Amino acid sequence: MENAVIIQFNHVTKQYQNDPAVLKDVSFEIERGKFYTLLGPSGCGKTTILRLIAGFTEATTGDIFIDGKKVNTIPANRRQVNTVFQDYALFPHLNVFENVAFGLRIKKMKQAQIEAKVKEALSFVNLKGYENREISGMSGGQRQRVAIARAIVNEPEVILLDEPLSALDLKLRTQMQYELRELQKRLGITFIFVTHDQEEALAMSDEIFVLNEGKIQQSGTPIDIYDEPINRFVADFIGESNIVPGIMIEDFLVEFVGKRFDCVDQGMNTNEPVEVVIRPEDLEITTREQGKLQVTVHSLLFRGVHYELSCTDEDGNEWLVHSTKKAAIGDEIGLYFDPESIHVMRLGESEEDFDRRLEAYTEEDHHAK
Amino acid sequence: MQSKLSRRIYLIPYAIWIALFVVTPIILVVYYSFYDLDGNFSLENYRQFFTAVYLKMTLSSFWYAFLITAISLLVAYPTAYFLVRTKHSQLWLLLIIVPSWVNLLLKAYAFIGIFGKYGAANHFLEAIGIGTKQILFTDFSFIFVSVYIFIPFMILPIFNALSELNPSLLDAANDLGASRWTTFRRVIFPLTIDGVKTGCQIVFIPALSLFMLTRLIAGNRVITLGTAIEQHFLVTQDWGMGSTIAVFLIIIMFLIMALTGNRKRGV
Repeated sequence: MENAVIIQFNHVTKQYQNDPAVLKDVSFEIERGKFYTLLGPSGCGKTTILRLIAGFTEATTGDIFIDGKKVNTIPANRRQVNTVFQDYALFPHLNVFENVAFGLRIKKMKQAQIEAKVKEALSFVNLKGYENREISGMSGGQRQRVAIARAIVNEPEVILLDEPLSALDLKLRTQMQYELRELQKRLGITFIFVTHDQEEALAMSDEIFVLNEGKIQQSGTPIDIYDEPINRFVADFIGESNIVPGIMIEDFLVEFVGKRFDCVDQGMNTNEPVEVVIRPEDLEITTREQGKLQVTVHSLLFRGVHYELSCTDEDGNEWLVHSTKKAAIGDEIGLYFDPESIHVMRLGESEEDFDRRLEAYTEEDHHAK
Repeated sequence: MQSKLSRRIYLIPYAIWIALFVVTPIILVVYYSFYDLDGNFSLENYRQFFTAVYLKMTLSSFWYAFLITAISLLVAYPTAYFLVRTKHSQLWLLLIIVPSWVNLLLKAYAFIGIFGKYGAANHFLEAIGIGTKQILFTDFSFIFVSVYIFIPFMILPIFNALSELNPSLLDAANDLGASRWTTFRRVIFPLTIDGVKTGCQIVFIPALSLFMLTRLIAGNRVITLGTAIEQHFLVTQDWGMGSTIAVFLIIIMFLIMALTGNRKRGV
């Protein structure tokens, strides 16, 4: 299994001249054959990581390994990695066939073999028969596919995708999400996908790295990250969240908005100040008497699938609710939620500590059983 | 209708200009080319053009124009390539363009001073122990000064083409395994070929008919078609022969334009 890791970052820092560092001591491992997403706001360093893997830029300090080999000084043209660029970067002077064949021609492959491979790559991205088209005559979605074909035809170990869907309209973007995911599964190549769109990340990835200010905030499966955000940034960035300050009274008991609630979190100090996250879709509208929280509705938006209610409690905290039930503005309603819906975050907890704590009590559960 | 009419009105000054200074002279030149020294209609001038003297002259014009264009390109391309990547590229570009604003004659005289027997160039050669050389009135000085004069016109279109180049295309080529040289050969050069063509046109065509430099710098050792036209009109007064050469020059120019015509591919 020593070959499972395809890319490894070892305390990598990237700094341009005297500007603040873009990446600050980042370490991670990427396993073969999975779909990874680097997710974060613009300027968080996600594209820099991609450029470091591709070899377009060099790390200031730290080591980068691809397939067990240190690649710090290996130029981009000798790395087994291909990139799909944000603006596609297709060669305007070449037609579709020659764009896809570019990498193969450099490898001095035989013409017959090139033709077979380009054909196969184009059929992979549903562009059969487009060989002789000019790039200028193709739509955004088609260019996107050519760019993907140009990358996969070289049979790289890893494909890097730099916000490749950001220039497409919503409908096409959703379609391409399915296609990319499907393609990755069929090819079995590692995909590293950069995006600032959390829905895209959640929908496509095996693993997500959430980045902010040059650091990995949290890594894990989409479900882990959505259900167990490590801090306010991640909770806020991934999906909509209600975040309120609270106090962890003891294991399984948390206090916020002046009341105590049962929860499923543990492993913290008694009376430790924490932040509490409840997702809007985990809040249910009920009568004032039955609700765990009593709030007043002050705005209502119809979102298609659900209504989005913005409510305030007596302390002035805002609560966002996603519900298929409707309520009128000014209504006083109750909000109900399960203990499992409460997620407690410690202030300033590092990812290692977070993982250790989670592991510790899952082990306890095992012992209990 | 109003807008169409007013648009035509704006065209009038340009149309008058073209008619007076482009179309009329060309008609006159063609007209004169069919008359001999005594004012009789004849095709003698055209027959004359295809004799050894003039063919040799044409060939030598082409040869010098080719040398000037080729050397300008060899100097201009790397310069433009370097300029696009420097920080204050606009300032550097301006510094390169500024000399082209100075009158050609002034520059020619400046070079006579520099290349002359007691000029700066010979002082330098003396200082490094090579000794005084005949620089002025040689092929070398002619080509050197011509290249100097034409180089801004070569750099500009290439610079523009290079700065329009999307830098992520270079990353893409590199990513697909291309070395720097392959990237240049397969991506950068093909995508800037239009700039190169424009530059070559702007340099080659005037270089074909240079005549002032041939006299001032090359001391009439280099006889080009331009020199011949000047001689016929001002010295031998054979306007017919001069016009015939001009007709051929015009034809050659159109041929070159057609051959290097821009066929822009969508970006």
